[in-house]
Amino acid sequence: MDIKRNYYEDIELFKSNTILVWSILFLLFLAVLPWLIVKYHLLGLSIYIVNLITVHAIVAVGLNILVGFTGQISMGHAGFFALGAFSTVILVLNWSMPLFIALPIAGFVSSAFGFILGLPALRLKGPYLAIATLGFGMTITTVIKHMEFFGGRMGLQAPKLELFGTLMKDVHFYYMIMIIAVVMVIGAVKLMKTRVGRAFIAIRDSDIAAEAMGVNLTYYKTLAFAVSAFYTGIAGGLYAFILGFINPESFHLIMSITFLAMVVVGGLGSIMGPICGAALMTFLDIKLQAIQDISLIGPALVAFSQKYMSLAGISNIAVIVYGLIMILIVLFEPLGIFGFWIRTKRYWKTWPF
Amino acid sequence: MGSILKIENLTISFGGIKAVNNVSFEVEKGSIYSIIGPNGAGKTTIFNCISGIYSPDSGKIYFKGDEITRLKPYQVAKKGIARTFQNIELFSHMSTMDNLMLGRHIHMKTGVWRGATFINKNSKAAREEIEHRQKVEEIIDFLDLQASRNQFVINLPYGTRKLVELGRALALEPELILLDEPSAGMNLEEKMDMIFSIQDIRDDLGITVLLVEHDMNLIMGVSDRILALNFGEKIAEGLPEEIQKHPEVLKAYLGEEEK
Repeated sequence: MDIKRNYYEDIELFKSNTILVWSILFLLFLAVLPWLIVKYHLLGLSIYIVNLITVHAIVAVGLNILVGFTGQISMGHAGFFALGAFSTVILVLNWSMPLFIALPIAGFVSSAFGFILGLPALRLKGPYLAIATLGFGMTITTVIKHMEFFGGRMGLQAPKLELFGTLMKDVHFYYMIMIIAVVMVIGAVKLMKTRVGRAFIAIRDSDIAAEAMGVNLTYYKTLAFAVSAFYTGIAGGLYAFILGFINPESFHLIMSITFLAMVVVGGLGSIMGPICGAALMTFLDIKLQAIQDISLIGPALVAFSQKYMSLAGISNIAVIVYGLIMILIVLFEPLGIFGFWIRTKRYWKTWPF
Repeated sequence: MGSILKIENLTISFGGIKAVNNVSFEVEKGSIYSIIGPNGAGKTTIFNCISGIYSPDSGKIYFKGDEITRLKPYQVAKKGIARTFQNIELFSHMSTMDNLMLGRHIHMKTGVWRGATFINKNSKAAREEIEHRQKVEEIIDFLDLQASRNQFVINLPYGTRKLVELGRALALEPELILLDEPSAGMNLEEKMDMIFSIQDIRDDLGITVLLVEHDMNLIMGVSDRILALNFGEKIAEGLPEEIQKHPEVLKAYLGEEEK
């Protein structure tokens, strides 16, 4: 066992030198990832996909603060995502603000709405809360769709960003998004180790006891919504610039559910889990769209479809495979990918005994 | 010494059934005061009224002279009243340490921003965290919980969980602690330990104890005064010896002899 010498070690970010070394190696890997992708086409990734994964990871970490740690469900996070995206674009476009100011403001706009949504959540639990938040997500996108200010049905074109006089490319975006993501993930880890995070977890495990110990439920439940919406809003702002174009139709209900699935597949109540979940789900989503291009499986599927079904239905197979993978993960490990990680770690700790 | 808790004509009913009917009593500062009664007598309901979970239909509750009748549970906690629950209400996916740290919640200040951005040992949030962890460690020593310090509560045996819950209430540094059946489901040895713990809480920490319990040996052993309830009504109040002989109490517990 590791021996603790002082109380700070309980809340330290890197609890041991092993973790410190691995973290540094991982950061180095992230730093050279664009180069690896361009040179070796790692896993068939493109920088665009990695950017998308990173943005989704921020959302998943934020959503997990609400769902995994505080025990409140939300099916309306696409709404916060949309709020973040539209606020950022409008701030940059109409008020010509620099992105690094517009992003936090968009985060706070989103978290203000999170706070408002948190109020009815005080009285609702489980499925009822799910329906209320679902309504919220759908309302936001509908309102955006019908307001000229937000570009209406057509959506908005995100302005091209410049860095030192040259247009920003995907690679530049990559570093910008990655730095923001790393900072926000570390923030979430630290938050969950201190007073506010403890109050969140306490509310999840027993709200009666939490309140009897002096935790103001009203404040902390709405705060959880606000913090979660802040993460999602920032991610939304970044998403707008990755896509270069945003349209209210793209922030649909399925997006909210996919966010939720990332958290569940990754592992509720952990920080690294949802990041893995976001990576896996985003990767699968994009790769399975072009399922016929995958070697061996692709041509077989096409032949199968031609024989028994219409060829137009081939994209549906992607959805089936996607769903199947989700079911299998949740079935075999309720804690998701994070659960697999814990098991592996335990195995190695006691190996070869 | 004066009274720390005063309850006047407390009444609460649930759909026609009077769970507590016109009950009044006073708890002396620094004493161990017990409430006894058969199942459904309204003992836990009184606890829930004091700690703000229920709000009574009529009657008043005073703590150190201030009225706390309609306060919310977290406000009651801030006044200095901590409690435990009959069916353990711990944070089962937190370690013992974290459970007790939550007890320190009202004494800490770290908010979202400071909590998410502390850099090192000298940051405000970290310093506060370290300071309160030392305080919690004292409680862990007091209750002999060292072995379960870093374990998830869900993995602990029942008796230990009861102790952790007691520890969490103590971490709040209350002036009054409400213990709802602290020895329920414990074996004889654990019960003896619990008796000593309750006495230590009063003698060493100077906390007034309000106790609900079914175990008569424990009650008679530790209580300074006892209140007996039956069907929500006060049937007797007094010293343990008086209660033991009180005809109404005997009737409530043993039934009446047929004539």
